[in-house]
Amino acid sequence: MSTPHTTQWSHCSSRINAILRKEFIQMFRDRMTFAMMLAIPLMQLMLFGFAINTDPKHLPTAVYAEDNSPLVRSIIRGLSVSEYYHITHRSSSPQENSDLLARGDVAFAVHVPAGFSDQLIKGLRPPLLIEADASDPSASSNAIGRIQDIINQALRHDLTGPLQHLATSPGPVSVIVHPRYNPEGKSQYNIVPGLLGVILTMTLVMITSMAMTREAETGTLENLLAMPARPIEVMLGKILPYVVIGGVQTGVVLLAAHHVFAVPFIGPLPDLLLGVMLFIVTNLALGFTFSTLARTQMQAMQLTFFFFLPSILLSGFMFPFRGMPGWAQAIGEVLPLTHFLRIIRGIMLKGTDLMDHQPDLLALLAFTTVIGLIAITRYKQTLD
Amino acid sequence: MNDAQLAIDVRGLVKAFDGHPVVNGIDIQMPKGQVWGFLGPNGSGKTTTIRMICGLLKPTAGTGLFLGHDIITEAEIIKRSTGYMTQKFSFWADLSIRQNLEFVARLYNQPNTRVLVDETLDALGLTHRQNQLAGALSGGWKQRLALAAVTMHRPQLLLLDEPTAGVDPQARRDFWDQIHRFSDQGMTILVSTHYMDEAERCDQIVYLAHGELITQGTVKDVISQSGLKTFKGSGPQVRQMATWLKGQAGIEHVAYFGNALHVSSTDPAALAAAIQRSAQQAADIKWQAVEPSLEDTFIALMAQSGADQRTHG
Repeated sequence: MSTPHTTQWSHCSSRINAILRKEFIQMFRDRMTFAMMLAIPLMQLMLFGFAINTDPKHLPTAVYAEDNSPLVRSIIRGLSVSEYYHITHRSSSPQENSDLLARGDVAFAVHVPAGFSDQLIKGLRPPLLIEADASDPSASSNAIGRIQDIINQALRHDLTGPLQHLATSPGPVSVIVHPRYNPEGKSQYNIVPGLLGVILTMTLVMITSMAMTREAETGTLENLLAMPARPIEVMLGKILPYVVIGGVQTGVVLLAAHHVFAVPFIGPLPDLLLGVMLFIVTNLALGFTFSTLARTQMQAMQLTFFFFLPSILLSGFMFPFRGMPGWAQAIGEVLPLTHFLRIIRGIMLKGTDLMDHQPDLLALLAFTTVIGLIAITRYKQTLD
Repeated sequence: MNDAQLAIDVRGLVKAFDGHPVVNGIDIQMPKGQVWGFLGPNGSGKTTTIRMICGLLKPTAGTGLFLGHDIITEAEIIKRSTGYMTQKFSFWADLSIRQNLEFVARLYNQPNTRVLVDETLDALGLTHRQNQLAGALSGGWKQRLALAAVTMHRPQLLLLDEPTAGVDPQARRDFWDQIHRFSDQGMTILVSTHYMDEAERCDQIVYLAHGELITQGTVKDVISQSGLKTFKGSGPQVRQMATWLKGQAGIEHVAYFGNALHVSSTDPAALAAAIQRSAQQAADIKWQAVEPSLEDTFIALMAQSGADQRTHG
């Protein structure tokens, strides 16, 4: 027998049931949202589980050896065997070493001075110079911390018999590490310039991704399309205001970097601004493309997030780029933020100019061109 | 008619969505300077046809010319000399009235935007409210603003998609006065509507059902072409009579007009027979033959054109 109380409860649960069913129907109706809810956790698992590594190994290293004796060859072999260093370049001058380091082609530049072996054998503890790119302190610290051990280990087989006494403490070689570009190892020197790239990516892509979806959702798109405006006119008109916004954001971050965080700024400002401008346009073109792909503002937000997540994790902003496996680096190379980080960190911390960053500039240009073409082709002049 | 005098000349126009035809082979030859009404049940293809004419939808098949310009390849030229008022208010709710008008005037490259907008606001009687957000306007004012906005550039063709839906009678009358003033200035106007009184204000009407053109002509032509005969009955027992008549052979349409009944059929003999038999049911109803109204005609046309397929707008 049903009391008023149980009747009330059964009405209540049937209403909850009705709403619940409606929510499920709507959830499955929007396929893109549903796919995103599954894809984003999967992507996070992949990225955090496999791609991110805070102990980078196989870091590219240049060697300039003025002495090429068996002992030196043992040291170089020892560096390779250690897994931290991967000898990628043989320089022919100290200048070449410095250039490779500045351009970011290598993380370390080793200089073996003339007469190294002779001094070693005489027990004079000759210096082995290692210049390290310390702009990202977390990327280089483990390799630097292990260097003395690695060299001692490498020479153990050579220092036998009469030379055995050299292998004992303090070791046969005096390793001198020059942490370049950020000698104090301050992480904000690396993070603050990178943050400009992150801020520009997040805000500009998100805002422009709403550009067309908002018109479609409010019904104003039909009106806009009925009027004589060409796709390129609509696109430029919608993008240009945010170039200004991006410019203001850049100004704020650069001023804060200088006055609040005392981040060094060694390179030429015009080169940096040109690079920033290109990066702003890249992000706006990408956002506009998202807005031609998404049908609702909600979908546009999801696409933005789907793009933003790997941008933050795989670009080298949060975690050392070189610590990631090859496939993750390959994805990273496609992301505009990766290239922008190299440009802004290079110019601000290492004093490079745009000529040193030609590959990154070309990558950004190529990305922008392809994305722009997709936006123009995807933009519909009809309601079909 | 000489082709050069045609504003709209579409032939065999077809539009299918996912293989399902919404407009199925429509021919319209509309002379310049006229006002035509576009009628038909919901989902008959009126909006889709209008959208194809102004280049918002690509026809699946068929050809179309607007003032000699191809509606498929020359949509850009057509857009410049067309004004299209959408069924749903589609101006920017978060821009002020003035900002909306300025935006539209600039998109149509109108010289002296400021003066043009001042004049438009003045004509609308909205000068004192020009800084209000368009979204805050009532339904009737939204319609007036939309009409003003789409005619600021003096288009040669005006396409209005149910412009007066949900608008009060006075506002509707003002709206139509304005439309006839535009027509006097030489504008060609195509209006879709569900209102019979509006249809009667048109030079010609085109009736669509299920994406096909069922009939067209002046109101008089359409009524006489339908071959419909109508009897009007009045008396105390019309309600019972209506129920009885609906079941009779040959009776196509029974409708109330106050205390009177309109009974219509395209079969005059069957109609007369049914009326005669009705005297046995209720002798005190007075019957007289009347001219069918446009509404009688359309309801009959709707019934003839078959099952309700109201799926697309």
